[in-house]
Amino acid sequence: MTQRRGEWLRGCFTAVPIMVGYLPIAVTFGVIAQQTGVPALQTTLMSMLVYAGASQFMAVNMLTTGATGLEVVAATFVLNFRHFVMGLSLMNLLREFPSRWKLALSSGMTDETFAMASVRAGSEEEMSPRYVAGMMLGAYSSWVIGSLAGHLLSQVIPPTVSESMSIALYAMFIGLLVPSLRKEWQAGAVALSSMLLCWGFSRVLDDGWAIVLATILGGGIGSFWMKGEKS
Amino acid sequence: MNLVWIILGMSLVTMLPRWLSVWVLGRWKLPPRVRLWLNSIPYAALGALIFPGILSVEPGAPAVGLVGGLVAGGLAYFRLPILVVITGAVLAVMGMKGLI
Repeated sequence: MTQRRGEWLRGCFTAVPIMVGYLPIAVTFGVIAQQTGVPALQTTLMSMLVYAGASQFMAVNMLTTGATGLEVVAATFVLNFRHFVMGLSLMNLLREFPSRWKLALSSGMTDETFAMASVRAGSEEEMSPRYVAGMMLGAYSSWVIGSLAGHLLSQVIPPTVSESMSIALYAMFIGLLVPSLRKEWQAGAVALSSMLLCWGFSRVLDDGWAIVLATILGGGIGSFWMKGEKS
Repeated sequence: MNLVWIILGMSLVTMLPRWLSVWVLGRWKLPPRVRLWLNSIPYAALGALIFPGILSVEPGAPAVGLVGGLVAGGLAYFRLPILVVITGAVLAVMGMKGLI
């Protein structure tokens, strides 16, 4: 029992960098939602049920410019479809987990929890379902509580609160990537290829599709270089 | 009420792809080639998530995000804890914005 609780806490502790990155963004989302007239309940509901930052900002923004609900939902699909590709990769790493755990964990998958969990799993760290769940629940709480707090405190907090913090999640991605490429150069080559691809695609496509295509093709290039997994 | 329906729709189209990945992987046995592809996805995704998005950290001033990213990269190279990497990048961005 105590060991189980230990796994949850260990996961939660691993998520601290994500929580630190999420909080100011979530607070900003709450502030903006309040200012555009979305009630506190709906703001919190969106963070709880959608739980995908960029698409939530986009939705609030689209609604103020008079977009229809269907347009918002369609744009959300495009922006969040990348989680399908990321999910394939993460669930392959976690394939020994029971199905119900995988289903639950996939609901909590974001760019950040995906990146953190994959890099940790790839570095041969012992992964238990509860450890990954603790990581995801920590990140999730930070997002939901931050959104509500931002909405409630919007009179006190200026919307610029996260301005210098907007680098935080990028810094976290870099912090996850660099140690991996020190270990195997292939990881760096794959990342570099997909950066160039994403840069190219983003000039002609929506950000959502640019990331999806760059991830798929970058991974495809990587499949020629990467070493096979230990069985 | 209308807004709640939009939120439910957004939730559905966000959650379905997440769940679909579990279903697809549970259903088919993957050839080694596909596994190699899936194993390189995290690095490909990290690359695509970092660039060119990082350039938009400060609208109209791509250098701010770039410098923040280089500072993060330098700190991460010396194996400093991720929270130190994040703090360093945030301070670098604050400094850059002070200069502009």
